[in-house]
Amino acid sequence: MDIWSTLSDTFLDWESMKAVLPEMLKVGLVNTLILAAASVVLGTLLGMIVAVLALSSKRWLRWPAKIYTDIFRGLPAILTILLIGQGLSPITRHWWGPNPYPLGILALSLIAAAYIGEIFRSGIQSVEKGQLEAARALGFSYPSGMRLVVIPQGVRRVLPALVNQFIALVKESSLVYFLGLLASQRELFRIGQDAAATNGNLSPLLLAGIFYLVITVPLTHLVNHFDKRLREGRPSDVQLEEVEHATR
Amino acid sequence: MQHVEAASLEVSGVELAFGSNKVLRGVDLVVPAGQTACVIGPSGSGKSTLLRAINRLLEPHAGDVKLGGESVLRGDPDVLRRRIGMVFQHFNLFPHKSVLENITLPLRKIKKLDADAAQAAARAQLELVGLAHKAGARPGNLSGGQQQRVAIARALAMQPEVMLFDEATSALDPELVKGVLALMADLAAAGMTMVVVTHEMGFAREVADQVAFMDHGVVVESGVPGQIFGTAESPRLRQFLSQVL
Repeated sequence: MDIWSTLSDTFLDWESMKAVLPEMLKVGLVNTLILAAASVVLGTLLGMIVAVLALSSKRWLRWPAKIYTDIFRGLPAILTILLIGQGLSPITRHWWGPNPYPLGILALSLIAAAYIGEIFRSGIQSVEKGQLEAARALGFSYPSGMRLVVIPQGVRRVLPALVNQFIALVKESSLVYFLGLLASQRELFRIGQDAAATNGNLSPLLLAGIFYLVITVPLTHLVNHFDKRLREGRPSDVQLEEVEHATR
Repeated sequence: MQHVEAASLEVSGVELAFGSNKVLRGVDLVVPAGQTACVIGPSGSGKSTLLRAINRLLEPHAGDVKLGGESVLRGDPDVLRRRIGMVFQHFNLFPHKSVLENITLPLRKIKKLDADAAQAAARAQLELVGLAHKAGARPGNLSGGQQQRVAIARALAMQPEVMLFDEATSALDPELVKGVLALMADLAAAGMTMVVVTHEMGFAREVADQVAFMDHGVVVESGVPGQIFGTAESPRLRQFLSQVL
């Protein structure tokens, strides 16, 4: 059999792609974006708390953060999602029924917080000690100095790593499929997989892959943009300097 | 230079240790209001630690610090630091803020000025240090001398009663030192109470009202510049001066 026609039948069946496209757009893309966005927000908030605890001078605050990070970074994501999604379901079903979404988001957020916490911690620690000292010398309290001077600088330095983590979260959102989703809750991967099983070829999964790339590739370029700006400074600063130099 | 409300500063018997390492071993220094004291001495003698003990960035373990005749060791250190400006060797401007924002940030958040008042005060300070045209620039785009002048403007904008300078010119290229020293001399002439840790012996000789020589955590000898640089009594001071002059 012709290799090209085999590959074409397997991956480029336009009809099955066309058939699944509306559902992927209206259901899959929306759900993937909801899962990823909610996890990014919750994971970032939790991650900042983990970072602040990890940077505490008090051992009894530092250690829980370290243990949390070791556990959630050390476990496979699918294991965490299943343990939380299925393990906590009997408790949470009293609040929101058998809906696996909130627990899926919680699991993804807890995983993300371990990585994001480390990213924030390293960024904050990379800020020169003199910055906090200067803030304190001006009369800022320790919390104000951290909030207004140190943390904003630390976060800027780790923006590329942070966006990379967001990309990972978009991809990991597909693992929520293991919790068993209602038809209206399916994300890109699950819709692609269901359609692939029905049609007997992988074209719908390829389409799901294209959707993932549509989300992640711009984010990758955003990382590159941040990287460039951090290395070279903001264009507006450079232009301002040039104008001032020229008009002096 | 602007009008300043300077206060006297009195350091008596201040001790400070890092673990078992005693860095200050009973330092005494009296600076009357409006006067300038230069602190000189070899590296590791405790000069920079003394400045940080004065504004309580490091807490003294013993002794007392009086500002305008009142002990400051029992009050809130954050409130104390609003009365004492400090300028650092490496400027320590906030790189994520513009020059103007570096000055308005403490004015708005600590002095609680509204945006317009803070900007007006900040621009006035930048004018005084000759950098009004750099208000929108980021610190990273300024020369070292310009950054240090902004750091001085930032400290002065808080209207401190005392200014501390921690080797303010040590990190500058030689051609940039003069401008910063001239600004500090103007400030001294305007009547600011200043404690200046410096290796610039020319500045100490010409601008200081008194010079204190520190070694191993104590003030070994202090006096007017003519005495310190002309008729030093301590052999250690004479040896130090023979190496740096």
